[in-house]
Amino acid sequence: MAERLITYELPADAALGLETYHAARRERRLLVPRCRACGEAHWYPRPFCPFCDSGELDWPEAAGEGTVYSFSIMRRAETPYAIAFVTLAEGPTMMANVVGCPPDDIAIGMKVRLDFQDSVAGEPFPVFTPA
Amino acid sequence: MSLRGAACIVGAFEHPARKAPHISTPQLHAECARAALADAGLTAADVDGYFCAGDAPGFGPMTMAEYLNLDCRHVDTTETGGSAYLVHVAHAAEAIAAGRCDVALVTMAGRPRSEPAVSAFSSAGAFTPPDQPFELPYGPAAINTYAMCAMRHMHEFGTTAEQLAWIRVAASHHAQHNPHAVFRDPVTVADVLASPVVADPLHRLDCCMNTDGGGALVIVKPEIARSLSRPLVTLRGAGEFVKHQSGGRVDLTFSGARESGCAAFAMAGVTPADIAYASVYDSFTITVLIQLEDLGFCEKGRGGAFVADGNLIAGVGRMPVNTDGGGLCNSHPAGRGGMPKIVEAVRQLRGEAHPAVQVPGCALALVHGTGGSLGSRHGSATLILERS
Repeated sequence: MAERLITYELPADAALGLETYHAARRERRLLVPRCRACGEAHWYPRPFCPFCDSGELDWPEAAGEGTVYSFSIMRRAETPYAIAFVTLAEGPTMMANVVGCPPDDIAIGMKVRLDFQDSVAGEPFPVFTPA
Repeated sequence: MSLRGAACIVGAFEHPARKAPHISTPQLHAECARAALADAGLTAADVDGYFCAGDAPGFGPMTMAEYLNLDCRHVDTTETGGSAYLVHVAHAAEAIAAGRCDVALVTMAGRPRSEPAVSAFSSAGAFTPPDQPFELPYGPAAINTYAMCAMRHMHEFGTTAEQLAWIRVAASHHAQHNPHAVFRDPVTVADVLASPVVADPLHRLDCCMNTDGGGALVIVKPEIARSLSRPLVTLRGAGEFVKHQSGGRVDLTFSGARESGCAAFAMAGVTPADIAYASVYDSFTITVLIQLEDLGFCEKGRGGAFVADGNLIAGVGRMPVNTDGGGLCNSHPAGRGGMPKIVEAVRQLRGEAHPAVQVPGCALALVHGTGGSLGSRHGSATLILERS
């Protein structure tokens, strides 16, 4: 089925401090920052831990497994699309699209798997498909 | 510092325009300021404190103080989106209590139906908000992020679309008595459910509108208020809180009202059972439901049953809410609904609401706002106002 196009263009300053994250994303790998001091993973990525303010982070690659925490299907769009909050196996919950299935098949609690979708400008962004 | 009794709202005005193609945004601010001051029995020469948010033109307080020719020794530009004006009331009371000003003017205005919205003195677009690259690729809008709150609430608590629809039904019943309201025809639960789904599970009639318009408030120290001829509306409690995604620990079932409401009730020394009227931000029906729970009007998860069967309709239910028709039916100037929320609470406390929706002997009112987005980051603000 047709997916909504990602037209968002990453601004020039978006990668500052997050070079590791964005370099991996461009290789279609999702890194979820984890604090070396307190052990907590966080989202969205920052160059410091929002829980303990340590600047010592590891950037391990996500297992790619998630669960739909909530979602909504945007019906008024030219191509209806599903926006969701997906809780990663690593702990944090992130905003993303669920793609690769009819929107009406999506449900809270559904297991999903990491994928990447290229934007119109050719930037891959993490999305999820039914597991 | 307790703000209980620290200041009184003596002037309140909501601009009647809902589409204003032939008047500038600064003019709208000025008309609102003039009318609120006239309502109070004061003039611009009396104002020594000025409050505005991101809807104000140019450099905000500097531009507006010059335009209105105000001599201000205190200004505050706290920006929490549509709830900013509730925060301004509390901050005006703080400033008055601290001797920083005696007569505070708050103005808001905007013309989203007549000109592109511009966040005037923010630097929007100049640099990237840190959340943006992790959200904007996915097409978040106001409605689908609020819809995700509704979807989760339904999942956890069994809330239904019919229950949400009752919030629109109540707003429409009130709006039929408001000659300035955009949507004045009463609707039924069936009408709401028959309107198209925009973003599951929210229908078109679960959504507020965006209108042109504005409003203004005049807040003064109690000694000045007592010298004026208007009924005394006194601040009794206030709270504010910013809720966000907490580093990825997302919980869409509650809002910052949990904290701002608790703080306001503690300061006021009253409970939700004491509140005779409530203005509750209604960007979407789900916003009202979640806030009413968080404010303590009912248990968390029981909001659906609480809002059903006309419980929010004045003269019908136990908890009259948004008797002007709210953002769902009356107005939502510049997408910033906090101002008309305060104005309607002042009307209720003065006994100046429309007779068909006036709460008899209304002595204690609550105003609550959510600015920003319920589903990501928002500024919650609660006021408890009393007639004294």
